[in-house]
Amino acid sequence: MLEIEIDGKKAQVPDGSTVMDAAQQVGVYIPHFCYHKKLSIAANCRMCLVQVEKAPKPLPACATPVTNGMKVFTHSELAVKAQKGVMEFLLINHPLDCPICDQGGECQLQDMSVGYGPMKSRYTEEKHVVFHKSVGPLISMEEMSRCIHCTRCVRFGQEIGGIMELGMANRNMHSEIMTFVGRTVDSELSGNMIDLCPVGALTSKPFRYTARSWELQRRKSVSPHDSVGANLVVQVKHDNVMRVLPRENEEVNECWISDKERFSYQALNSDERLTKPMVKQGGEWKEVDWNVALDYVAHGLKDVCREHGGDALAALAAQSSTVEELFLLGKVMKGLGSGNIDFRPRQNDFSSDSKRAGTPWLGMRLAEIKDLDGALVVGSFLRKDHPLIAQRLRQAAKKFTKVSLLSVTGDDQLINLHARMTVAPAQLAAALAAVVKAVAEIKGVAVPAGVENATVCETSKKIAQSLVDGEKRAVFLGNVATQSADATQLHALALEIGKLTGAIVGFLGEGANTLGAHVSGALPSGANAHQMFEQPRKAYVLMGVEPEFDCANPQLVLDALNQASLVVYMSAFKHAPALAYADVMLPIAPYTETSGTFVNTEGRIQTFNGVVKARGDARPGWKLLRVLGNVLNLDGFAYTSSEEIRDEVLGKGAEFVGGLSNELSGVAISLPTITANGLQRIADVPINFADPMARRAPSLQQTADAVAPTARISEQTMAQIGIADNGQVRVKQGAGETVLVAKADNNVPAGCVRVSAAHASTAMLGDMFGSISVERA
Amino acid sequence: MAMLGSINGVLMEGLDGDNSWSLKDYVARGGYAQLKRILDSKMTQEDVISEVKKSVLRGRGGAGFPTGLKWSFMPRSFPGDKYVVCNTDEGEPGTFKDRDIMRYNPHAVIEGMAIAAYAMGANRGYNYVHGEVWLEYKRFEEALDQARAAGFIGQNILGSGFNFELFAHHGYGAYICGEETALLESIEGKKGQPRFKPPFPASFGLYGKPTTINNTETFASIPFILKMGGEEFLNLGKPNNGGTKLFSVSGHVNRPGNYEIPLGTPFATLLEMCGGMRGGRKLKAVIPGGSSAPVMPADVIMDCTMDYDSISKGGSMLGSGAVIVMDETVCMVKALDRLSFFYHEESCGQCTPCREGTAWMYKVVHRIENGLGKPEDLDLLNSVLGNIAGRTICALGDAAAFPVQSFIKHFGKEFEYHIEHKTCLVPKDVQWAGSGFHKIPA
Repeated sequence: MLEIEIDGKKAQVPDGSTVMDAAQQVGVYIPHFCYHKKLSIAANCRMCLVQVEKAPKPLPACATPVTNGMKVFTHSELAVKAQKGVMEFLLINHPLDCPICDQGGECQLQDMSVGYGPMKSRYTEEKHVVFHKSVGPLISMEEMSRCIHCTRCVRFGQEIGGIMELGMANRNMHSEIMTFVGRTVDSELSGNMIDLCPVGALTSKPFRYTARSWELQRRKSVSPHDSVGANLVVQVKHDNVMRVLPRENEEVNECWISDKERFSYQALNSDERLTKPMVKQGGEWKEVDWNVALDYVAHGLKDVCREHGGDALAALAAQSSTVEELFLLGKVMKGLGSGNIDFRPRQNDFSSDSKRAGTPWLGMRLAEIKDLDGALVVGSFLRKDHPLIAQRLRQAAKKFTKVSLLSVTGDDQLINLHARMTVAPAQLAAALAAVVKAVAEIKGVAVPAGVENATVCETSKKIAQSLVDGEKRAVFLGNVATQSADATQLHALALEIGKLTGAIVGFLGEGANTLGAHVSGALPSGANAHQMFEQPRKAYVLMGVEPEFDCANPQLVLDALNQASLVVYMSAFKHAPALAYADVMLPIAPYTETSGTFVNTEGRIQTFNGVVKARGDARPGWKLLRVLGNVLNLDGFAYTSSEEIRDEVLGKGAEFVGGLSNELSGVAISLPTITANGLQRIADVPINFADPMARRAPSLQQTADAVAPTARISEQTMAQIGIADNGQVRVKQGAGETVLVAKADNNVPAGCVRVSAAHASTAMLGDMFGSISVERA
Repeated sequence: MAMLGSINGVLMEGLDGDNSWSLKDYVARGGYAQLKRILDSKMTQEDVISEVKKSVLRGRGGAGFPTGLKWSFMPRSFPGDKYVVCNTDEGEPGTFKDRDIMRYNPHAVIEGMAIAAYAMGANRGYNYVHGEVWLEYKRFEEALDQARAAGFIGQNILGSGFNFELFAHHGYGAYICGEETALLESIEGKKGQPRFKPPFPASFGLYGKPTTINNTETFASIPFILKMGGEEFLNLGKPNNGGTKLFSVSGHVNRPGNYEIPLGTPFATLLEMCGGMRGGRKLKAVIPGGSSAPVMPADVIMDCTMDYDSISKGGSMLGSGAVIVMDETVCMVKALDRLSFFYHEESCGQCTPCREGTAWMYKVVHRIENGLGKPEDLDLLNSVLGNIAGRTICALGDAAAFPVQSFIKHFGKEFEYHIEHKTCLVPKDVQWAGSGFHKIPA
């Protein structure tokens, strides 16, 4: 510990602290622009110059290490003169366009110029002009003359995003921030650069010129987009969501959010919103009042139950539904005598359902990722499925964590990987078994039953070693592992590694409320998400699900829906294909318009309130289901608030859910026999198609992550099946077929075709990881 | 010919053959004998460094930091790679001595670097050559090939078990890459921008490893120091200013060029060696150490001797030893205009005071020179340069500020005249006559 005195305030700071750290500790504010606690130190803005006793020159607080007994003066004449001098330099070429600048009102330069800037400029030369740049649909770089060259955006790309998309080109005052020869900024975390920019140089393209910052009300919320449950500030004007920003929570999202979370709000104010209950009568859709719609639903469901029994009824909910919605939906289903409810539309293998010891979760807290010595991620499009977890692993890998990836494509995760194996989806279990065997061999213990025949290679040995060494290690199962036909085997194999090495086994989590759904009674006691469509039912309730995009096998689901006599479709959005098979459409409020609770993948319970009034006649899902329960004359639907429901489900005041466990009982390892004939499909869920909101955000739909799916095949496989790069191919799965452009992509394993799911052009296809045929069109 | 003149020349003495740069000639002049002696006799690292300390060799690149002391900062026992780097990024206006060393005596640099590497336990070296001197870069590469073939660098040098790999690396002409940490960044393949210090290169240098960076002339002096002994080298100059130094004299003298003279030689003697003032005109001012050194008026410099302490006492700095001589035909405003343009242009743009301030200063000086000056401009300039100096990441901010400060201090009258009369105090025809290039329009 070192002793330091700042402006007369004494403090003890750890070795290696900077003056800036110490100042923050004692609560002294030192003005700064380039310094950011999450980024490396650049010391280039010079705004934080302070006087240090015995130093002849003012020193930058952000970069000056504390020495024992140091005395610092942040407001002495020398310090203030230096700060004012820097401020003047920053302002001489900065345009005086605050009245038309989007950053006006929330601009660090503007704020600081009040404190340190001169009333009148001494600069009479002409101001420097920097040309605008186009870097894609999310970030606006229209007024680059405003840039003060703090390089926060550059460092963000290099250090947090993992890819340097912006750089500072040229020398002297001709320095400017730009992309490499006109490229766009495509990182899934790029929007954070807008937050980091202390001036109005990088602004949000969708938000630009729509509101002034002082007109906005800041309301807290929680992201419904992925399993991290990023904390959000939703900014609101006149009951419209104007923009979404990260709310700092070091335990969850630090100070970042992904672009999907930032820009999806565009869908909320769009014409795509479903704002009126609608009923199909005689083939015609009619807008009706809520009581009519609910009566219709109640009668319909009751009729089906009466005629065919409760088992003829099934409900499927999205994983972004709240705890309250899922709980009440489950209660309604139970009341109607049906156990056919599920929330895992993309899952294939449900054989672990009766064998889990508890609720599957990350196995640790998110904040503990940085302490891992070794981590193996199994089956994941990590960057796109879990941008913030990928970010945490990226930071960890920079320090000491050996991060390995065993997955189905060789996409660049922008992580300094220790080892990676890329195998066909059907081979995942075999590859993981090889790691299990290698671990056993390293440990010198008997090879667990079932993996004796696994083939250990150098890479699996390397991965195994990284899971044996060190204090804290983990095996994470990603979305591909969850959605795989061998999900339970992969789970059991991961547990086997855990048993042998003491490594934690965890699930990255598919959706915002996967854990919440597990504990809210949304797990099937009857037919699961696969069975309920495999054996078609008479009536379906869909909550927040768009079956064409969200299901493992859209073909199967659509066939079942088309034959059903009643399909109740609950959604915040209009969904054209549903007009064909649905009978009732009920507008439920999205996360900004309802109160509710999400449980993220580390088990953290996060409750949020609605931030705006529900649009049109849309109503919070929990209220709708409560009323439905009442209309159905079911008991136990007397809730008056969502908190009441939450407390009943999760317990009052709980911060984390209990009963978390990834253990399995009674699952024997038996590696699937691979029948290698024909091609296998690899379906990722592209980040900006992953949920109904993102699908309807115009800006996200223009990004590089939202290009239409292609059939991506390795050059070798292409040659084998006689297909040319960029040629048109007919892709078939079962009865469905579509014509796509073939693209050579050596990140795809041999014998596989990567065709993304969740897109209209591929919605007619079958299983995400099923067999597929490709021929020249 | 390497030198136009010398007194007690050391570094560049005896370089009269056509092939003076070749290994054969260098060995014939006694080259690589010191490296061999050190390796054969297994001289300790401490002894080598103490010999250099004894010589009071001060860094020839501009800062004048004692070389022996710098070497002793290197953590010799640090495991793994350590680097010595030679700074031949000679970009300071007025300086052209390293170019001649590279051209005529490159093996002295190589031997010096090898000895330095031995003394500091380094196993790798780079010579960063300025991007605008291509021929010298090629020649150094050839010299490296010769030295490598002869076993003076590489693995197991002269059978001693000492390994030292040396490479040449050329820049692309950015002045800032002469700043040692920007130079390291450039070698690493990054944009040449200075690093914030601390950490200093001795602990975190090239690729994060301990690194010592010295000037070309500094390295080239090493073999000679070891040959004659530190004390004798020191005695060539004067106390605290050991040895001889190369001076690049440019401007209004009859024979501009490189001169090797002992430190402590009177400026008048140097001026005499250069054949005196061109056209017999009167000396007006001298920039004694490259363009970043403050300018000295004639009467001050004529009383100075050419060494670090004397010049420093006279209000300037010896810097790299680039002596820019200006006679009475020079318009000091115009001269400063050109200098401040250089610093504005060469600022790397990283930190605010330098990026914005150098441009501002240039614009104001340029305005004055072009008859658009305002009475408050001189105060403005002094205030702006005060806000740059000492506030920047590297010394370029200071280097840009000193000329402006000193020009205004010593030749303020000319600036005031310029502002008031919107033209030079020195009549244009006199300036043209003095330039030697312009024809006076009929």
